[in-house]
Amino acid sequence: MQSQILTWITFLPLLGMAVILFLPKTAMTAVKGVSVVATFIAMVLATKLYFVDFAHKSVAEIEASRGAGDILGAQFVQKVDWISSIGVQYYIGVDGLSVALVWLTTVLLFIGVIASFGMEKAGKAYYALLLLLQVGIGGVFVSLDLFLFYVFWEVMLLPMYFLIGIWGGPRREYAAIKFFLYTLAGSVLMLVAIVALRLDSGTFSIPQLTELAVSGKLTGASLPAAGKLLGMQFSTWVFWFLFIGFAIKVPVFPFHTWLPDAHVEAPTPISVILAGILLKLGGYGMLRACFPIAPDAFRDSAFILGVLGVISIVYGAFVALGQSDFKKMVAYSSVSHMGYVLLGMAAFTVWGMEGAVLQMFNHGTSSAALFLIVGVIYDRAHHRDLNGFGGLSQLMPRYWALTTLGFFAALGLPGLAGFISEAMTLIGAFQADDTRFQVLVLISTLGIVFTAAFLLYAMQRVFLGKKNPKYEGIEEISFREVFCQVPFLALCIVFGILPYLLLDWMHPSVQNLLNILKIQG
Amino acid sequence: MIADLGTQPMTPESHILAFDPGTDFKLLFLAFALPLVGYVIQIFFGKKLPRQGDWLLTSGLFVTASITVLMFAKSLWAAYHGEEFRHHSGDEAGLWFHWFYSSDTVANGVSNVSAAIYYDPLGAAMLMVVGVVSFCVHLFSIGYMHGTPRYHIFFANISLFTFAMLGLVLSDNLLFLFVFWEVMGLMSYLLIGHFSHDPSSGYFHKWATKACKKAFLTTRVGDTCLLVGMVIFFWKFETFRFTELWRLSIEEIARHQALHPGEYPLWMTVGGLFIFGGTIGKSAQFPLHIWLPDAMAGPTPVSAMIHAATMVAAGVFLLGRCYPMFTPDVLSVIAAVGTLTAIFAATIGTTANDIKAVLAWSTISQLGFMVAAVGLGGVVAGMFHMVTHAFFKACLFLSAGSVIHGCHHEQDMRNMGGVRKYMPVTFACMLASTIAIAGIPFFSGFYSKDLIILRAWENILGGKFSGASFFAAVGLPIAACLTAFYMFRMIFMTFTDKYRPGTVESPFAHHAHDDHGQDEHADHGHAAHGHDDHGHHAPAHAAVAHAGHGHDAHGHDAHGHGAKGHDAHAHAAKAHDDHGAHGGHDEHAKPHESPLPMLVALCILAFCGVFGGHFWLADPVHSLKFWEHAHTWFEESVSFQSLYGAEIGDKLAAAIAVDHHAEHSAHWVALPLSLTVASVGILIAWLIYGRGWERSQRIAGKITHSIHAIYEVVKGKYFVDEVLGTTIVVDMKRKEEPRYEPDISVIGLSVHFANLLSWIDRNVIDATVNLVGRSGAAVGKGSAAFDRTVVDGAVTGVGLLTQTFGSVARLFQSGRVQQYATFAVFGGLALAAWLILL
Amino acid sequence: MGLGAYIAVSAALFALGIVAILVRRNILYVLMGIEMILNAANINFVAFNRFNGGGLEGRMFAIFVIILAAAEAAVALAIVLNVFHLFNSVKPAEADLLRE
Repeated sequence: MQSQILTWITFLPLLGMAVILFLPKTAMTAVKGVSVVATFIAMVLATKLYFVDFAHKSVAEIEASRGAGDILGAQFVQKVDWISSIGVQYYIGVDGLSVALVWLTTVLLFIGVIASFGMEKAGKAYYALLLLLQVGIGGVFVSLDLFLFYVFWEVMLLPMYFLIGIWGGPRREYAAIKFFLYTLAGSVLMLVAIVALRLDSGTFSIPQLTELAVSGKLTGASLPAAGKLLGMQFSTWVFWFLFIGFAIKVPVFPFHTWLPDAHVEAPTPISVILAGILLKLGGYGMLRACFPIAPDAFRDSAFILGVLGVISIVYGAFVALGQSDFKKMVAYSSVSHMGYVLLGMAAFTVWGMEGAVLQMFNHGTSSAALFLIVGVIYDRAHHRDLNGFGGLSQLMPRYWALTTLGFFAALGLPGLAGFISEAMTLIGAFQADDTRFQVLVLISTLGIVFTAAFLLYAMQRVFLGKKNPKYEGIEEISFREVFCQVPFLALCIVFGILPYLLLDWMHPSVQNLLNILKIQG
Repeated sequence: MIADLGTQPMTPESHILAFDPGTDFKLLFLAFALPLVGYVIQIFFGKKLPRQGDWLLTSGLFVTASITVLMFAKSLWAAYHGEEFRHHSGDEAGLWFHWFYSSDTVANGVSNVSAAIYYDPLGAAMLMVVGVVSFCVHLFSIGYMHGTPRYHIFFANISLFTFAMLGLVLSDNLLFLFVFWEVMGLMSYLLIGHFSHDPSSGYFHKWATKACKKAFLTTRVGDTCLLVGMVIFFWKFETFRFTELWRLSIEEIARHQALHPGEYPLWMTVGGLFIFGGTIGKSAQFPLHIWLPDAMAGPTPVSAMIHAATMVAAGVFLLGRCYPMFTPDVLSVIAAVGTLTAIFAATIGTTANDIKAVLAWSTISQLGFMVAAVGLGGVVAGMFHMVTHAFFKACLFLSAGSVIHGCHHEQDMRNMGGVRKYMPVTFACMLASTIAIAGIPFFSGFYSKDLIILRAWENILGGKFSGASFFAAVGLPIAACLTAFYMFRMIFMTFTDKYRPGTVESPFAHHAHDDHGQDEHADHGHAAHGHDDHGHHAPAHAAVAHAGHGHDAHGHDAHGHGAKGHDAHAHAAKAHDDHGAHGGHDEHAKPHESPLPMLVALCILAFCGVFGGHFWLADPVHSLKFWEHAHTWFEESVSFQSLYGAEIGDKLAAAIAVDHHAEHSAHWVALPLSLTVASVGILIAWLIYGRGWERSQRIAGKITHSIHAIYEVVKGKYFVDEVLGTTIVVDMKRKEEPRYEPDISVIGLSVHFANLLSWIDRNVIDATVNLVGRSGAAVGKGSAAFDRTVVDGAVTGVGLLTQTFGSVARLFQSGRVQQYATFAVFGGLALAAWLILL
Repeated sequence: MGLGAYIAVSAALFALGIVAILVRRNILYVLMGIEMILNAANINFVAFNRFNGGGLEGRMFAIFVIILAAAEAAVALAIVLNVFHLFNSVKPAEADLLRE
C-alpha cells in the first residue's frame, strides 16, 4: 500500500466510477454516496501523503540522488513497463512541486462532489464523469513519463467537455467546443513535441529527458532535420510547442478567451474545479515538462514570458473591471492571478519560482471560494448581473461575511494566502538578473490596485447600499453551501498565516529545479 | 542624564520598571493578542453574550491599555537613566515567528522572513497611545453606539482594528508592518462601511456604501507604492528588518559617497519615494487625502480611531521607522508634500460647517505637520507631534461625537450653538483639546508644533535643504495660524451663544425626521456639507454649479433665517419652513449631556491631550520651562540616538546638525512665531465668531463675498476629488442609484480604459479566436464538399457500378426454389454442352 | 435388349422427375419428382452392374438409395408440413424466404 499510495490516490475515483456505472439510474443516493466515499478516501490518502508520508529532503539530498538517474528527487516512485515496444512506462512519483497540487486536487474534487448535490439535473453520468475527471487531473500531477502525462492530459479533457456541454448554461455547447478545441490544439502541439523528443532521445521519461537536456545532449541531431528547422534550434521548437500547449491551459494572454466562456457556462462545481485545479495543470506542466526539457530556450525567452505574464495580470484586472457578469468578472480575475505564475517562473529566481508555485495553490483555494460564492447567488436569483442586486448584506449577512473573506483573499490581503505568493513573486521578479523585470514588476502593481477596485466595486453593487426589493425574501446561505466554502476560506487563512506549511514542502524541489535550469548545457 | 546614572540608588536590573525580556515580551504579546481573541469570540458568540459582549472587549482592551502604559513607563524609566531602550524578542528571548519557512534559514542561503517584537522608545510611545486611545474609544462606544444595529459586530471590528495597529507598532520588520497595515485597511473598510449595512441610518447608509470603497482603494494605491518600496529595498539588502535596513542604508550611502562625493544612490531615492507613497495613502497626504473626509461616513468612534490611534498614525509611524533609509531628495519631497497638505487642508477646514468635517480637515493638516517634520529632518519632532496629536484629536472627535449624540445626531455647527450650558463636561474636554491643538504653551500641542517650526527655521538659518525648508518655514506657521482659527471657530460656533436647532437644513438628523423630512433635506445638506452638488462635472463646471449653493449655505443666515421669498434662497427657505412645520418637534428638544462611560473616556483623553507633551519627557517639571531650549530637554529622552541606536543616530544627527549660532537664532525665531500665529488665529476666530451668532454670519458673509472666487475654490476642496473622479454623491431624493458613468477624471479614464479593453477582448481577441474557429469550420466545409464530390465520388462510382450489377442480379434472386433449380439445371446443361461440344 | 434401353428408360424417368420439380406447383409433386430422379439413378446402378461383370456393388447402392429415399421422404414431409404451417400453402413459389 505504502509504495503504491499514488496509484491508489489516482485510481480510486476510477473504482468509484466503475461502481457508479453498475448502479441503477434511479439510485441517486447511492451514486452520490459512492462519489463522496471515493473522493473522500482519496482526499484522506492524499492528506496523509502530504503531511505524514512525504519526506522533506534537503536540496543537497536531492542533488546527491542525481547520479542515480533521479534528477527530481521524486518520492513514492512506481515504474512498470506499459507499452514496451515504444518504451512507454507507467512511471509515477511526486516531488515538492506536485505533492501539494495532488492534495489540492483531491480536496477540490471532494468539495466539488458535495457542491454538486445542489444540481438537480446532475445524474449518474455526471458523477461518473466527475470521478473520471479526477483520475485525469491527478494522473497528470503524478506522471513522470511524458507519454503517460499526455494520456492523462487527454483523459481529463473529455469529461470536462461533457460536463460543460451537457450540464452547462444556455451557450454550453459553444463553450464546451471552444474549450475542447482550444485545449486540443494545445495538446496537438504537445504531442508533436513529445514525439520529436522520443525520436531524438529514445525515452519518454521526464527525469531522463531533463538529464539529457541539461547535459546538452537533447539537440535533435538524430532527427532528419538534424537539429535545425527553419533556422530555429530543436530545443526552441520543442520549447515553444510545449509552452503554447501549456499556456493555453493557464491561460496566458492572448490564449485566454476560452476561459470566460467555459466558466460562465459551466455549472458551479465545474467552474470551481476548472479554476481551482485545471488551470494549474498549465503552470505545473511548464515547470515539469517544458522548462527543464528545453532550459536554453527557456532562458532565452524568459523575458517574453515575463511580459506575457504582466500583460495577463494587468489586462485581466482591467477587463474584469469592465464586466457586469459576476462570474465573468471572477473568470477574468483568474487570468490576472495566473499571470503572477508566469511572471514568477520567468524571473528565474528562487522566490519568483516558489511564489509562482505557491500562487498556483493559493489561487486554487481562493478562486474556488469565489466561484462557490457566485454559485450561491446564481442558484437563488438565476442571474449574475452585478447591477441587478443591492443591499444583500442586510438580507444575507452570513453570506456577505464569507464573501468578504473570499474577496479579500482574492485581492491579496496580507494575512490571507494570496498575499504571500504575490509578494514572493514580485520580490523574486525584482531580483531577477535581467533588470528589465523591474519594470515589469512596476507595471504589474497596477494589477494589484485594479484587482481591489473591481472586487470592491462588485461588493458595493451587490452587497451594499439600497436593498433591491425583488430579493426581499432571499434565502440565507445554506449549511451545505457554507460547508463547501469554509474549507477553502480556512485554507486561505491557514496558509496566509502559516505559509511554511506549503513552502517547506516546495522549497527544496524549486531550488533543485532552479539549479538544474541554471546549468549551462 | 547620563551623568546621573551612577548616582541612582537602584541598579536598573533590579527595579520594577526595568525591562525584563523574560516576562515583558510575553506581556507585550498578550497586549497584542487580546483584541484578536476578543474579536474571534465576539464574531462567533457576540450576539448571544449579555450586552452583546461589549464589556468583554472593553475589559480586554483595559488590560491591553494597562500593559502598554506599564511598558511605556519602563521606557521612560530607561530614558531617565540614560539607558538605551531597544528590545528585540528574537535576539533577547528567542521569541520568533518564522513565516515563510519553518526554520530560521533554509539550505542554499535563502533567507527566511521571520518576525519578532521590536520595542523601542518610539514603539513604546505609539503602543501606549494605541492602547489608551483604543480603550477610551471602546468605552465611549458603549454609550455612543448603544442600541444600534450590528452592535456586536462593531465592537468586534474596532477590536481587530486595534489589534492590527498594535501589531504594526510591535513588528520588527517592514513586511510585517505591511501585513498589519493592510489588515488595518480591511478593518477601516468594514468600519467606515458600518452603516452601509444599516438602512435605518439614512444619509449615512448611502454615503458609507461608497465611502468605504473609496477609503480602501485610495489607501490601496499608497499601499501598493509601499509594497514596491519594500521590494526595492529588499532587492538590495535582502532583509526586511528595520535595524538591518538602517545599518545597511547608512553603509550604502557611505559606500556610494566614497565613489561619488555628495551624491546619493538613485535607487534609494526611488525606493524611498515609493515608501513615502505608502504614507501619502495611509496618512492622507495630498493628493490621496481624499478618502479621509469621506471616512466620516463611519460612526464617530471609528473616526476617532482612524484619526488618532490607528490608520493615519500608521503612515507617520512608518516614516519614523524608515527615516534612515531616506535620502535628502526624498526628505525634500516629504517636507514639501507635508507642508502643502498642512496648508491646503487647513484652508479647507476654515470653510467646513460639519463639526466632524472640521476635525477631519484638521487631522489632514496636522498630519501634514508631522510629515513635513520628518522631511525636515525633525523626525523626533514629527513623532512627538504624532503622539500628542493622537490624544487631543481622539478627545476632539469623541467630544464631537458626544455633542452630536447630545444634539440628536445633528452634525452641522450652524444648528448647534450654546451647547456649553447643556454639556459642560464635553465642553471642558473639547476646549482643553482645542487649546492643545491650537498651540498654547503648557498644553501638549504647543511643544510638538513648536519643535517642528523650530526645525524648519534651523534648516533655513543653518543653510540646509533650502527649497523645501523655506516652503515649510513659511508655510507651517501659516497652517498653524489657520489651525488656531478654525478650531476656535468650531468652539465658538458650537458652544457659545444660544442653541439654534434647525437654522439650516442638514441631512444628518435623520432620527428626528420622518421620511418626508429626510427627502426634503437631500441636496441642500450636501452643499452645506461640501460634498456633492458638483457631482460628476468637470472642475470648471463644478465651480459654477457650486457658486449658488455654497453662497446659499454659508451666507444664508446673514439675511436672517426666516427670510421668505428671497429669490436666491427661495428653495432653502421653503425647505426650512417645511422642516419647521413637521420635523421640528423632536430635535428642538434641548441637548443633553452624554452618559457616564462616554464622559469617562473623554476625561481620560482630555487629560492625556493636555499633558501628553509631558508624558514623553524624562523630566516633566523641567519641561514646563518652555522658554529654555526645547531640544535640549527633549533629546535626552527621545533623540536620533534613542530611536535608531547610538551609531546610526549619531550619523543621522550629524547629517542635519547646524552650527550653534543658527540653532540659537532659530529658537528665537520659532518660539515667538508659534506663539504669535496661535494668538492671531484665536483672535480672528473670536473677532468673527466669538461675538454672537448673528454678527458672525454678517461678518462671514461679507468676507466670503469679497473673496468670492477664492472662497468657492477652497470650499470645493480645490476640486481634487473632481480631478480624480472620486466625488461621492449622496442624493436622498433619488430612489434608484444611477449607474456609474465614467467621466474625464482619473478614475473615469481608468474605467473607460477598462471598458475599452473588455470591448477589445470581446471584439478583437475573442473574435480572432472565433474567426480561426470559423475559418477552421469553413475549411472543414470545403473539404467536406471536396470529399463528397471528388473523393467520395470515386468511391460512390464504384459503389454505383456494383449497385447496378446488384440490381440486375437481384432479378434472379426471386427466392423461389424452383426457379433456382431451373437455373441449376440449365446451368448444368450448358456446362455439359460446353464440355461435350468443345 | 442392350444397355442402351435401360439408360433410355432411366434418362426418361430423370427428365420427367426434373420437369416435375421445376414446373409443378404443388410441393408434393415436387417430392414425387425427386423420387423419380432417385429411381432413375437406381435403374442406372442396377443396369451398369449387370452389364459390367456381375458383382453386388451396384445392387447394394440401389438398395442403399431406396433406404435413403425413405428417410428423405420422412424428412421432406416434415418440412412440407412446416412450410404449410408457415406459409399456409404447399406451393414452393410462395415460400420465397431465400430471397431475403
